[in-house]
Amino acid sequence: MLNTKTISELSAMLEQGDCTSVEIVTDVLAAIDARDGQVGAYLTIDRDSALAAAKEADEKRAAGSKGDLLGVPIAIKDLLNVKGQPCTCASKILDGYTAPYDATVIAKLREAGAILLGRVNMDEFAMGSSTESSALGKTTNPWNADRVPGGSSGGSAACVAADEAVAALGSDTGGSIRQPAAFCGCVGLKPTYGMVSRYGLTAFASSLDQIGPLTKTVKDSAILLEAIAGHDEKDSTSINTDLPMFGKNLTDDHGLAGMKLGLPKEYFVDGMDPEVEKAVRDAVEHCKNLGAEIVDVSLPNSKYAIAVYYIIATAEASANLARFDGIRYGMRLDGKNPIELYGKTRAAGFGPEVKRRIILGTYVLSSGYYDAYYLRAQKVRTLIRNDFIDAFKQCDAILAPVTPTPAYKIGEKSDDPLKMYLDDILTTPVNLAGNCGLSVPCGFSSDGLPIGLQIIGDFFQEASILKVGHAYEQTTDWHRQRPVFKNLTNSSDVTGQRV
Amino acid sequence: MTMKYEACIGLETHVMQKTRTKMFCGCKHEYGAEPNTNVCPVCLGYPGAMPVMNAKAIELICKAGLLLGCEINPHSKWDRKNYFYPDMAKNYQITQADEPICIGGEVPVEVNGEMKTFTLERIHQEENAAKNTHVSGASLIDYNRAGTALMEIVSNPCMHSADDAFAYIHTIKLIMEYGGISNCDMEKGQMRSDVNISVRPVGQEKLGEKVEIKNMNSPSFIVEAINYEVGRQIELIESGGEVVQETRGYDPDRGETFTQRTKENAHDYRYFPEPDLMPVEVSAEQISKWKSELPELPVQRRERYVETLGLPEYDAKILTAEKATSDFFDAACEKTKQYKLLSNYLMGKVASLVTETGIALVDSKLTANALAQVADLAGGAISSTAANDLIEILFNEGGDPKALVEEKGMAQVSDDSALEQWADEAIAGNAKAVADYKAGNGASINALMGSVMKASRGKANPPAVIAMLKQKLDG
Repeated sequence: MLNTKTISELSAMLEQGDCTSVEIVTDVLAAIDARDGQVGAYLTIDRDSALAAAKEADEKRAAGSKGDLLGVPIAIKDLLNVKGQPCTCASKILDGYTAPYDATVIAKLREAGAILLGRVNMDEFAMGSSTESSALGKTTNPWNADRVPGGSSGGSAACVAADEAVAALGSDTGGSIRQPAAFCGCVGLKPTYGMVSRYGLTAFASSLDQIGPLTKTVKDSAILLEAIAGHDEKDSTSINTDLPMFGKNLTDDHGLAGMKLGLPKEYFVDGMDPEVEKAVRDAVEHCKNLGAEIVDVSLPNSKYAIAVYYIIATAEASANLARFDGIRYGMRLDGKNPIELYGKTRAAGFGPEVKRRIILGTYVLSSGYYDAYYLRAQKVRTLIRNDFIDAFKQCDAILAPVTPTPAYKIGEKSDDPLKMYLDDILTTPVNLAGNCGLSVPCGFSSDGLPIGLQIIGDFFQEASILKVGHAYEQTTDWHRQRPVFKNLTNSSDVTGQRV
Repeated sequence: MTMKYEACIGLETHVMQKTRTKMFCGCKHEYGAEPNTNVCPVCLGYPGAMPVMNAKAIELICKAGLLLGCEINPHSKWDRKNYFYPDMAKNYQITQADEPICIGGEVPVEVNGEMKTFTLERIHQEENAAKNTHVSGASLIDYNRAGTALMEIVSNPCMHSADDAFAYIHTIKLIMEYGGISNCDMEKGQMRSDVNISVRPVGQEKLGEKVEIKNMNSPSFIVEAINYEVGRQIELIESGGEVVQETRGYDPDRGETFTQRTKENAHDYRYFPEPDLMPVEVSAEQISKWKSELPELPVQRRERYVETLGLPEYDAKILTAEKATSDFFDAACEKTKQYKLLSNYLMGKVASLVTETGIALVDSKLTANALAQVADLAGGAISSTAANDLIEILFNEGGDPKALVEEKGMAQVSDDSALEQWADEAIAGNAKAVADYKAGNGASINALMGSVMKASRGKANPPAVIAMLKQKLDG
């Protein structure tokens, strides 16, 4: 059952010779075989190459190589380019596309000796909050198969929560790591904009996208962040500075004395599930008991975040997705002229949510509308950012809920895009401001669904939020809870439930 | 018609910079490579690929701006220009919309002997499109050119005739070549212009409705298109019609412009800031360093040739008309002080050799060093006839001038005993000239001189011959 272990546990066992990478990968593949029929996290499983890489990692370790990720299998969200593999973005339009190069984070994982296990499901082009907009398959919440896993990194969160991976990479544009982590009961980190190279991440909204880890513990997120962060000359927006050792800096001292934690009153919104509010307020109290000073902060412009987000993100997406035209790669439906070819290909290749956002983004950039929408949204974005800058003058980190409710039912909101958009109210401000944010399990609803605590940090202050998250997690046991799968078959009627 | 109407013409001139690699990726920038061999995920618009700015291109556009009198913007930014066409892999072009890197500028231009100053609005940096070729039943795309560095020099609508535009393009081309910014080879598409044309009644300040003629690389077509379009617009207005804002093409076979796209169908490019690139920051130190590296422009060279080297204005103009000739002249001037002789050779014998043989100066065997030696020899050691003969040999075959003079017996004779013999023969054989001279016609000595030169096969030193003849006749 090595698939249930964390990165730090496995790296210690590998180092001690208590297990091999081949054994880990074998156990993970067995869990996938047993559970993924129900969970549906994976789009493709690189079984043979993963086992071959595991064998190689074992040989390297035997020859004296070390490293926390050497021989540890990681699942990859299917919008990261992995050389020689498909990269579908859960869309039909990339049917047949094979990535000719490695994303920088993939190259870094390879360098660290991690095993690339396979690619996991997501909302089409990361546009969605439930993984329901995937054109390639359904992913369910490991805690309750009737519920969504969240999104857009739903596959990443579900595979980690179901122990079908040791850890995963996702991407977060408006909450796409933190929200599924909260829904599935795992840890998710959205790094500061510029912390991790975006080169090779198929862009949704370039000024908001960040790649980050989804893991079983805060420490694992720190280890994975350390492996993928840093300047990349291929991404001009990545920061060029020395970074701390995120993983090693997390110690067994779980006190928070001397830390000021901000509590924004605007983040306990109307219509919030009382169980979510209670779990988060209890977590705040817990941090206080660990020695932190709780201060009230205000983020008054965050209430505009959804409106601003759906203008800026869709505007950028309308240009970013223009390249999917059937000319050079992916799906193509022929036409009498280029315009007809584009029209037919894109009509057949994109799903409804993607089309909705491309149309919205095209509209807000159009002549005569630019000033009223795009330009004004950029100005409000600055106000939202300034709120955070002011707040961080008073505190070291901010505590908030991740989502207003726990995971909702599959199909419940898929017909009402606006309702689904509004669920991102607590996560999008962080992307718009560019800060970092961490989602940590902090309780369960009476239905047995996980609830997440959001810890928001100042620019490039990942070390602070990891410290708070680690202290909270190590003094609670929410993160140790795992969904139970009644039987290990491919039967689709099994339902995960809490122990 | 010039009594009543005035044309206002502005040019948007695209110039491909001489960079080793493309604007936003490391692919080689070279002309004539196998199609689609200089490509990568970035210039092919693959998912996840990101642009990285080429610093050399920024240096070149800033130097171009400094050469054209622009102000260098310390903070400029990138924008996306959205349009769907197979020549643009991402279906948007990275360009600079509202904060370009070079602002303003002015270009002194000589139009038919008159100096005029044409002003610029801006120069901005962008990336080039791929090359589309249409064959029967298919279109082929070569992405080798996609993403190469392209700058756009935008003039104000300050020109008023096809001659103005022609001279402006020629001047820009020369400055870009002199500055090492671009080779401006029009046949390779390294320089293309869009031309905006409007007409208005003389005296009216407001510009008329403009028509844009896109993507022309031949200056002579630009002249034809302007002349046709100005005439068309005036005729239209005089017959009670109105010029409509539109994009027109030029058909060189028919010598006419034709409607391509009307205003209603104009593209909405939906510009917005490029989130994948940081703004371009250029420091004052950087600008002054680039300023100090700027090469001399044709106008400055002309001034130097006249003021420092003492050449006539005419010579200076001819020598600087082509950078290669001017560079050759400058190199030769390093070796000799016979500037006027060098100029005479380049404008005379060398120019006629280039015309006769069809071989460009730089491709000939003649070196600047050798030409400088010829000029020094012509100061006394060889005659001007011999100098021209020597240049022809050097142009075709090369070699060491001094050794050739020796080998071919070209040295001028100043030796008294040899001269005396030729002088005596000339006096003996030209009784009439001798009589005329003695009768007071000083010019008659030229006939005797010619006779000596003929006898010496051009080798006699003319001043020495004159002295010898005078001594004999006057004595």
